[in-house]
Amino acid sequence: MASPMDCRYTATHEWCRADGDMAAIGLTQHAVNQLTDLVYVDLPGPGATVTAGTACGEVESVKAVSEINAPVSGEVLQRNEIVTGEPANITKDPYGHGWLIKVRMSSPAELDALMDAAAYDASLED
Amino acid sequence: MPEPLIFNKSQRGQRGIRFPDSDVPDTGPALPERLLRRRPLRLPEVSERSVVRHITILSRENFCVDTNFYPLGSCTMKYSPRCNERLASLPEFTDVHPYQDDEGCQGTLEILWRLQELLKEITGLPAVSLQPAAGAHGELTALLIFAAWFRSRGEKRKTVLVPDSAHGTNPASCRIAGFEAVQVRSDAHGLVDVADFESHLDGSVAGMMLTCPNTLGLFETRVAEIARRLHDVGARLYIDGANLNAILGITRPGDWGADAIHINVHKTFSTPHGGGGPGAGPICVAEDLGPFLPSPTVEQAATGIYHLRPGGDQSIGRVRGFLGQVGVLIRAYCYIRRLGGPGLRRVAENAVLNARYLRERCRKDLDLPYNGECMHEFVLSAKELKDACGVRALDIAKRLIDHGIHPPTVYFPLTVEEALMIEPTETERRRTLDFFADVLHDIVAEARKTPELLHEAPHTTAVSRPDEVRAARELDLHFDWPEREPQIHD
Amino acid sequence: MAYLGNPPYIQEEMLHVLGLRSHADLFRSVPEALRLKGDLNVPPMMSEMELDRHVRRLAARNRPAAQTISFLGAGVYDHFIPAAVELLAARGESITPYTPYQAEASQGTLQTLYEYQTMIADLYGMEVANASLYDGTSAAAEAALMARAITRRPKVIVSQTVHPETIECLKTYLVNTDAELVTVPYREGCTDLEIVANVLDDQTACILVQLPNFFGIVEETDKLVEMAHAIGALAVASVNPISMGLLRAPGEYGVDIVVGEGQPLGIPMNMGGPYLGLMATRREFVRQIPGRLAARTVDRRGNESFCLTLQTREQHIRREKATSNICTNEGLMALRAMLYLSLVGAEGLAEVARLCAAKAHYLARRLAEVKGFEIRYAAPFFNEFVLQCDQPADRVLARLAKRGICGGVLLARFYPQMDSRILVAVTEKRTRDELDAYIEAVQQ
Repeated sequence: MASPMDCRYTATHEWCRADGDMAAIGLTQHAVNQLTDLVYVDLPGPGATVTAGTACGEVESVKAVSEINAPVSGEVLQRNEIVTGEPANITKDPYGHGWLIKVRMSSPAELDALMDAAAYDASLED
Repeated sequence: MPEPLIFNKSQRGQRGIRFPDSDVPDTGPALPERLLRRRPLRLPEVSERSVVRHITILSRENFCVDTNFYPLGSCTMKYSPRCNERLASLPEFTDVHPYQDDEGCQGTLEILWRLQELLKEITGLPAVSLQPAAGAHGELTALLIFAAWFRSRGEKRKTVLVPDSAHGTNPASCRIAGFEAVQVRSDAHGLVDVADFESHLDGSVAGMMLTCPNTLGLFETRVAEIARRLHDVGARLYIDGANLNAILGITRPGDWGADAIHINVHKTFSTPHGGGGPGAGPICVAEDLGPFLPSPTVEQAATGIYHLRPGGDQSIGRVRGFLGQVGVLIRAYCYIRRLGGPGLRRVAENAVLNARYLRERCRKDLDLPYNGECMHEFVLSAKELKDACGVRALDIAKRLIDHGIHPPTVYFPLTVEEALMIEPTETERRRTLDFFADVLHDIVAEARKTPELLHEAPHTTAVSRPDEVRAARELDLHFDWPEREPQIHD
Repeated sequence: MAYLGNPPYIQEEMLHVLGLRSHADLFRSVPEALRLKGDLNVPPMMSEMELDRHVRRLAARNRPAAQTISFLGAGVYDHFIPAAVELLAARGESITPYTPYQAEASQGTLQTLYEYQTMIADLYGMEVANASLYDGTSAAAEAALMARAITRRPKVIVSQTVHPETIECLKTYLVNTDAELVTVPYREGCTDLEIVANVLDDQTACILVQLPNFFGIVEETDKLVEMAHAIGALAVASVNPISMGLLRAPGEYGVDIVVGEGQPLGIPMNMGGPYLGLMATRREFVRQIPGRLAARTVDRRGNESFCLTLQTREQHIRREKATSNICTNEGLMALRAMLYLSLVGAEGLAEVARLCAAKAHYLARRLAEVKGFEIRYAAPFFNEFVLQCDQPADRVLARLAKRGICGGVLLARFYPQMDSRILVAVTEKRTRDELDAYIEAVQQ
């Protein structure tokens, strides 16, 4: 299944959906498939700063703990408490209700450095 | 019927051990009220008989080397000789305080000193510390020594090279020692890709951690060259000695140009694994690294008296309290003295013979991704089986349990998909190896016919496939006493 | 042939199956230049009988505690070990299993660890405990690393009333990190709180203290814990587990991470190890705990079962990002501790602790009455105290040794300037006669 067109993607399997200067961030279906059952997620709260390309949180399954890398830099506005309370919600709807954080972008130009849906899907083929 | 938790066997007023009344005059409380326990302590109230029954039953639920074949790659699950247990348990050894003065423990000190000498000869490296408590602890200690050595030369190097097939403790130890682990690829034969190794080699490299034979059971044939090249750029070579069993009396890391090695005494030298420990991880190092060893070391004076010598200014200090895993080290000493030189060599010969034989018997059933002459262990892959019928290494492992065989190491090394790492050790009979090969054959056949059977294995044990996801979500790590005491009698 | 599964004729058959002529052919992949010529230069093999004789003769050159009256302490103590602990811990099914990675083959080990974790957490009044670390000393170092990871701050403050070997071990573990290790002196045997106030700042990850401290004193730590928390730092305490039969538990006064040396819980003194690293903490820090954790869960048939959990934090999965590099731990020693605590129970532990305290205080009181001796510190102590002599302490110990008494640890061993002080420990094993003999010996 093709990745949603309205998102941009990182090589480390995070998606980013911009709306003005706000961006919602989450994990791609591919990431969710690799991780299998999620048991815990650790995310920065409102007010925290995230930097593009660096780890801003962690997601844990029984198999692995993986870092979540911020696709863009900015200030965290919201953390999705539905997933922190029940990480399985990420798996159920990774591009919708399973979003992780919303940030106010400090430099929206960073979006251009990310892959579009087609490029991301192509990268998964390799 | 499953054995209840000991807390659920608690009965009010029951006691195992009682102590006599005080024989000194009672002059009131020894300490002020404010320092005394307020919240009562709750421990199970059980008789000695209940405790003995409980632990006896529980221990019988375990697989163990005494009862089962444990072909765990990289763990060397060999038989633990009982004479070592008896001797190390003598009260003259167990009942000695670590701060006893040297003249009151010459027996233990002599054993430790002699063990140091034996390890020097076995590894070919001239300086030893018996202090580290386990293999990973030894790794950390050796890396700290490297760092201290560089510091003494006014250098600070950032990285340590680690093969992609390395054990997880290697990169973890690097980090704690303050280094960054940089991965070196394996080549098509499963050995270190020397070209990739060369590409990383520069003045920022402090050293390399190499397991040899490696985690595929293959001898790194270019190890001497790797040592030389590291030395060319002023870096050092560390050998992870987990696989020492394959080369005892055959070849020695010191002769390869290695600068340090840790030894897993609970692997190579037969000390029992105890359900997770204790082990011991002594290290042997090159001459110039000797001054950096942890403090103290065991020395023999010209008079023949043994004593503890505190480390000098260059010593890295301590990595643990007190002397070391003395009880474990005494067992190792007994083992080595029992075998002698030819005996040690025969251990390696038979460890390799058993593995090579078992590999030949198993290779028709599962893939052998690397065809080189394996030493004491080999790695099979269930990838083809997984693609064909969905049965994974984990399922094969669980099905082996139904046959009374402890599974081999699975999903390690990371360089092989659906890996099963098999190390029979020299203490197993041919008949056991044949049995394992036959069972594996049957399981693979079962997999192709009735994969569901394997997905739900084991079937014959009291417990099957604990829900690890639930365990990680709920984190029930502690029994919470109910408000009122339950009464379960046994 | 000692411990080989196959006699020579079977080995020959197996070589034949492999198409090899001799054992030497098995090692063709080892370059010729690296092969040993001849066997290792070690003493010749021994039969079991010869080994037995050899080692027992060496053993006879030790002077075990049973041959003296021992007052040695400083972290390791001569406590009574019940017979059932020894014998159950000697079973083949206890000593020869492996780490319980395959849960279905290890329910015994896992359930025992779960019970152990519960007891250790309860002992210390904390919420969760791990399945053991190497020893109390390295556990303290791991706790400092853990506090740094939790608070993301570099500074570790340690009181000089903590065991000097623990301070040394901390230095070694922290030397290659960005940590700043600050030691705080003591006054009258207790951590100097004024100095703590000066060095505590928002860069502090934790402050580490010991209870009872190295000099045997039970310090009042409430203020210290308060001060640490006020600045967002963690309070870490290394606590003697036997003292928990009498003293208030660190969980009662807000300690965040508790570590300890578990040797007093049914483990022999063994001249240095193996021992048992205890660690217990708050539930909120469970993901930063080093080492293994046993969890209770259900299996696929709905039956209660046990398994290791949060392994994703450990080295074999997380590798360089692991909470620690620890792999092998002290599983068998944890079994001993669990057995000890089950056999003595809360009442028994309280009895042991009370006996230790009563006998130690009796000895101290009587020593204080002897000319030339005084108890150095006035602060409350549990079962260990510093004896100040008006002469070189080694002379006093020599006099005691002549009467078959091992009078205590020379403090000069750690602090050379304290050459007239002895650290005296008294356990439940010391009888009134033995205590009186100590007095008589020093009175001469």
